[in-house]
Amino acid sequence: MKPPAFDYIAADSIAMAVEALAQAGDDAKIIAGGQSLVPMLNFRMLRPSILVDINRITGLDVIAETSEAIRVGALTRHYQLETSPLIAEHLPVLSCAMTHVAHLAIRNRGTIAGSLAHADPAAELPMMALLLDAELRIASAAGERTVAARDFFLGALTVDLAASDIITEIVLPKLPPRTGWGFEEVARRHGDFALAAVAATVTVSGGAIEQARIALTGVGPTALRAHEAEGLLIGHALEPDLVNRVIEAVRAAIEPETDLHASSDYRRHLAGVLTGRALAAAWRRAYESTA
Amino acid sequence: MSKTCEISVTVNGKAYRAVVEPRLLLTDFLRQTLGLTGTHVGCEHGVCGACTVLLDGDSARACLMFAVQADGRGIETVESLGRIGQMNALQESFHEHHALQCGFCTPGMLMTATDLLRKYPLATDDDIRKGLSGNLCRCTGYEHIVKAIRAVVDKGHQRP
Repeated sequence: MKPPAFDYIAADSIAMAVEALAQAGDDAKIIAGGQSLVPMLNFRMLRPSILVDINRITGLDVIAETSEAIRVGALTRHYQLETSPLIAEHLPVLSCAMTHVAHLAIRNRGTIAGSLAHADPAAELPMMALLLDAELRIASAAGERTVAARDFFLGALTVDLAASDIITEIVLPKLPPRTGWGFEEVARRHGDFALAAVAATVTVSGGAIEQARIALTGVGPTALRAHEAEGLLIGHALEPDLVNRVIEAVRAAIEPETDLHASSDYRRHLAGVLTGRALAAAWRRAYESTA
Repeated sequence: MSKTCEISVTVNGKAYRAVVEPRLLLTDFLRQTLGLTGTHVGCEHGVCGACTVLLDGDSARACLMFAVQADGRGIETVESLGRIGQMNALQESFHEHHALQCGFCTPGMLMTATDLLRKYPLATDDDIRKGLSGNLCRCTGYEHIVKAIRAVVDKGHQRP
């Protein structure tokens, strides 16, 4: 199908985009990569009267390092993040996750902030934002604000963004030293949305886990962190009995949907299996980093 | 009807100017406004890959972009790769390995493979299959498409 008619504004600054959005009320949409928006327009699931194109705003696709964090501009494309040497050095779990995001033609065009704003329940980036305790910087007519990823995802395709809000930057704190990571995903076909995916990090000290993070996607309305399961790991070495208890805690923490692609039970089962694998990889890498 | 926009775009090295409605998809601009029908339209929602073109050198779905967004940019379509009797190495390899049956997916496969060959080592056939996972061939002739791309990888120096 063809998209409905709309007026088009190519913004050349955040200020111009914010003003255009504020003037249009609820009737405008931002277009960045368009990889989720344009299909919805083509199906006429959305009928905005104005599209505000932010692709021509300069300086919004920069990946930069500070002493504490990596700052990722909103318009950074998936492929840029996948191949960024800064990300590979400081957040290798994210480099790995990005190879699972859709297909090259989509990664070339889709943006990081676009994927977060769209918040597909089975997408990788919301999970990675939660795993890495990301913060989102958001501009609007009322000024700027910062939202933690844990407060941002409200439900399936629903986030803490008002009609005139624009995500400008994602701040990803660097991982502590002696941290290992694991990323595991099962999809019917490479690049498809995950049936289930798990990302984990463990930070070790003196042979025991000092900090652990486990994030999941595809197993509920939003990506999530398995805080209770993470807590079980603290102060212990990774051993089979412990892994089994963590897996049970993860399975208890999720309520996957049944759909055409997989049943709820299968997704719950997968989430456990992938948690075990991700933790084993994270533990091994953490150990190697101290060797 | 919405306000129209004037655009300048370079397609296969040739500069065009046109007045377009904002909602005109790049696929329809290429096929209907410019008459470049090599770019095929399959699903029109970014799933099948048949409309893949290069946007400033990077592969992109032409059905997920508006012509107005291509203002000032460079597009390469399958027509840029070669011509009958003078095909490029990738096209020759598709010919040689029987990598097309009905041919509908072929323009998208060629443009996707062009970008994959530039960006990834494609050391294994599995890497090639993963790279092609966003392009559907409903004749299901993937085996030969993989072989054709493998042959180009193995010849190394002939990469597009």
